Amino acid sequence: MIADGVEDEEKWLSAGIAGLQQNAFYMHRALDSNNLRDALKYSAQMLSELRTSRLSPHKYYELYMRAFDELRKLEMFFKEETRRGCSIIDLYELVQHAGNILPRLYLLCTVGSVYIKSKEAPAKDVLKDLVEMCRGIQHPVRGLFLRSYLAQVSRDKLPDIGSEYEGDADTVVDAVEFVLQNFTEMNKLWVRMQHQGPAREKEKREKERSELRDLVGKNLHVLSQIEGIDLDMYKDTVLPRVLEQVVNCKDELAQYYLMDCIIQVFPDEYHLQTLDVLLGAFPQLQPTVDIKTVLSRLMERLSNYAASSADVLPEFLQVEAFSKLNNAIGKVIEAQPDMPILGVITLYSSLLTFTLHVHPDRLDYADQVLGACVRKLSGKGKLEDNKATKQIVALLSAPLEKYNDIVTALKLSNYPRVMEYLDSETNKVMATVIIQSIMKNKTRISTADRVEALFELIKGLIKDLDGTFDDEVDEDDFKEEQNSVARLIQMFYNDDTEEMFKIICTVRKHILAGGPKRLPFTVPPLVFSSLKLVRQLQGQEENPFGEEESTTPKKIFQLLNQTLETLSNIPAPELALQLYLQCAEAANDCDLEPVAYEFFTQAYILYEEEISDSRAQVTAIHLIIGTLQRMHVFGVENRDTLTHKATGYSAKLLKKPDQCRAVYACSHLFWVDDQDNMKDGERVLLCLKRALRIANAAQQMSNAARGSTGSVTLFVEILNKYLYFFEKGNPQVTVAAIQSLIELITTEMQSDSSTPDPAADALFASTLRYIEFQKQKGGAVGEKYEPIKV
Amino acid sequence: MNYLVGAFKPPCNVFISFADGRSRKQVPLKKENGKTVMVALFQSQENIVGEVVIEPIHGKKVEHNGVKIELLGQIELYFDRGNFYDFTSLVRELDIPGELYERKTYPFEFSTVEMPYESYNGVNVRLRYILKVTISRNFVSNIVECQDFVVRNYTPPPSINNSIKMEVGIEDCLHIEFEYSKSKYHLKDVIIGKIYFLLVRIKLKNMELEIRRRESTGSGPNTYVETETLAKFELMDGAAVRGESIPIRLFLSPYELTPTYRNINNKFSVKYYLNLVLVDEEDRRYFKQQEITMYRLLEAS
Repeated sequence: MIADGVEDEEKWLSAGIAGLQQNAFYMHRALDSNNLRDALKYSAQMLSELRTSRLSPHKYYELYMRAFDELRKLEMFFKEETRRGCSIIDLYELVQHAGNILPRLYLLCTVGSVYIKSKEAPAKDVLKDLVEMCRGIQHPVRGLFLRSYLAQVSRDKLPDIGSEYEGDADTVVDAVEFVLQNFTEMNKLWVRMQHQGPAREKEKREKERSELRDLVGKNLHVLSQIEGIDLDMYKDTVLPRVLEQVVNCKDELAQYYLMDCIIQVFPDEYHLQTLDVLLGAFPQLQPTVDIKTVLSRLMERLSNYAASSADVLPEFLQVEAFSKLNNAIGKVIEAQPDMPILGVITLYSSLLTFTLHVHPDRLDYADQVLGACVRKLSGKGKLEDNKATKQIVALLSAPLEKYNDIVTALKLSNYPRVMEYLDSETNKVMATVIIQSIMKNKTRISTADRVEALFELIKGLIKDLDGTFDDEVDEDDFKEEQNSVARLIQMFYNDDTEEMFKIICTVRKHILAGGPKRLPFTVPPLVFSSLKLVRQLQGQEENPFGEEESTTPKKIFQLLNQTLETLSNIPAPELALQLYLQCAEAANDCDLEPVAYEFFTQAYILYEEEISDSRAQVTAIHLIIGTLQRMHVFGVENRDTLTHKATGYSAKLLKKPDQCRAVYACSHLFWVDDQDNMKDGERVLLCLKRALRIANAAQQMSNAARGSTGSVTLFVEILNKYLYFFEKGNPQVTVAAIQSLIELITTEMQSDSSTPDPAADALFASTLRYIEFQKQKGGAVGEKYEPIKV
Repeated sequence: MNYLVGAFKPPCNVFISFADGRSRKQVPLKKENGKTVMVALFQSQENIVGEVVIEPIHGKKVEHNGVKIELLGQIELYFDRGNFYDFTSLVRELDIPGELYERKTYPFEFSTVEMPYESYNGVNVRLRYILKVTISRNFVSNIVECQDFVVRNYTPPPSINNSIKMEVGIEDCLHIEFEYSKSKYHLKDVIIGKIYFLLVRIKLKNMELEIRRRESTGSGPNTYVETETLAKFELMDGAAVRGESIPIRLFLSPYELTPTYRNINNKFSVKYYLNLVLVDEEDRRYFKQQEITMYRLLEAS
């Protein structure tokens, strides 16, 4: 049935075209022979093809275009005819003798065009007549095309300012009047189209209508091109008239399209100066009209306009653009209770963008917008609508992008309240956006209040929301998120130690709520920030006012101790151990022996109780040794206790090579170069010897287990230690000892049962080279080395 | 008898010509045989001056009982075939009885002739003016020659010319208000007006304005009425909705109209009507007819 319809339509179209062409042929012949009577007759017959009701607008357009081309020729003919002496006035009458109205009016418009050009009558009179006469076509499609033809032939003949058709006075008014009237009539026809024909074809009709919309919109375009329309005229005449039409037509499609048209075709400054009027129309539109898109475009245009030049900004202030827009949006939302939440958010989002562009200094405006948004969202719970949440993200990102400064955004009290309406997933996304913004702009957050506010914003990342734990979170994503939080913590900084301490307390408060999964990521940056503060406090140790400072390193260390405790409870013992050692070292720098001792104790406890993996133990013990070596704050007793413990741990490692290495490392605990009271050569040697013993044992063990001796690497390494202490002047380390060690190594390497190890060989070789090199240096060092024989 | 007339050629030729024949305006006149000829145009109170030339055929002698010329105004009703009602009859004797041997010219003149009615060629009736030259003869039939001419009378523009304005409708279906700017139009006039739609509940397809001519002849029970539609002029395409007003501009010049004739010599009347017709989608016609008065305005030529 429908296929038939399409086929039939094709048939009708081709029949129409055929009829048109045939008459056009006769018309041409009449034109060629200057036969006016026949020309009129055949052109009228040709135009009669346009009287069809059978074609869809699309096909009708095809037919119309053909007729249009023919009419151009006819117009030329009329022009020549007047040159030959035929009175244009007679011609104007003559074409009106046609009995059928549609051909008559097409011809009338065509002659009218020539009439205006002849200037025998004022353009305005002819135009007025034409636009009036066209009322005779009440059929929507035919009427639209006819009036579109009228608009087309008249657009270069309007009595505009500067036009050759300009009359005496106020003729722009006539031009405007003409276009407005044509527009009004076309719009009426267009709107009426929907009521024609059976209801079941409504959808199809709406589609057809939408194809025709540009015919109507073209009038607005023509209006916008009339030079003579100044702001006053636009304000007083053009806009009210157009809006009246738009509002009164009560048609969804038309209202949407035309409002958009108005916004797009007229200049921005006009919009700005007529905001009241323009915005006043929005709440009056049909509730189904997609106002949000239109309004958004308006705001977008205005934003761009504001961005285009700084000179126009005062205008915006003068007309109070923001409050007007804000009011209008409020009213629109009120007037359209069915508007989906997405629409509401889109509107506010556009408004926010607008105010950010236009009034970057008025943060309160932005906050107002967010506040209004919150009011709308309240009572709706979390948003389910995917698009709406996306739109909120866009809304919230806008201030960040604009100010490049989270600090500004933090001043927006409604900002976090909007975020509350996001689901936790989106919330995280938003939080990440915020952090990224901070990172990108290297924003420094310098007060505790702001930190507090910021954490409020990104709490989605800081802790599990709603008490629900989402198992499906991707591990990598999670790490990524937490790493960004860690980076963020580094961005908090204030030169004022008091404030910085507050910041740290705030951060601590928040991150401790983060749960075991987050703490390993968030504690380290906190610790390091704190240590940084400690160092800063040291720098200004002398308090010039002698007041009792509330922020002391001690206090910080207490805080750190507590913090780290939580970390060891998670458990993350290795991390905690490392951090304890860091803290100990910092305490060392502050000469706080008991504190440092406490940290070490904690580290040791962790080592003993929590770290069971042998590899972790090796790493830990080396860390302990390294740190301990640098400690200078300890008294003899404390130090002895700690070194003793460390050596003890070293010797208890599982694998011999590990033992060996740990033990020779311990030797450094007894020999600190820049501290004279820390040079216990004897105990150094003891350590080294012990290491040698262990190396030997290791060698034998491997011999026993695998039938071949292990590598000599350990020996070479011990040799290096010997050389080190020898060079540092440890009296207990003698040439003889070194000599025998070298020999031992050489023997071992030459032994049949040894496993060849190129790395060990290379190390040994370069050690020997070093000895040679030192010898050749001469001087004190050279003398020292001289006795060693290689 | 008739074919004998044809068999014997009249012994002379008769020509009737007007003194100002060359300069006088000529208008077309449709003859009984369907041909259109150009004839002289007169109006009432004019002097009709001219001459009659009688030319015997090669030396034949024409005996006669006198020559006269008549100016006749006749009304011919077709259903009453053959009966002419002469409402005007003027006679001038041109010659006393005698014989004609050679070409002879007789001047004639009818001064300020009263010709109150216009020439008219209708469906059932014809009103015509002729000049009739009769050469009376004994024993044989008279020689008769006729010359038509057309009379048109001009009227000054009426001093009172009200517009026609009317609201019509079908209850709860269609209410319109129409207005024609005048009730009296001259023949080259233009009808200006508008139709205002007050209520439209039917699906209209189009609207047209017809000019109808109503010719009634005879009187009493023998009245014959003939109505012709002279013009069909489409005013509106599609369906107007409430509140629309549709303009009317109809030029009358393309149509062959005559002035309105009221009760011409108690024989016939010709009246004109504007008929506004609205057609709905099922081709039902709704119409309203209004009489207009036509008059002839002297053309400034």
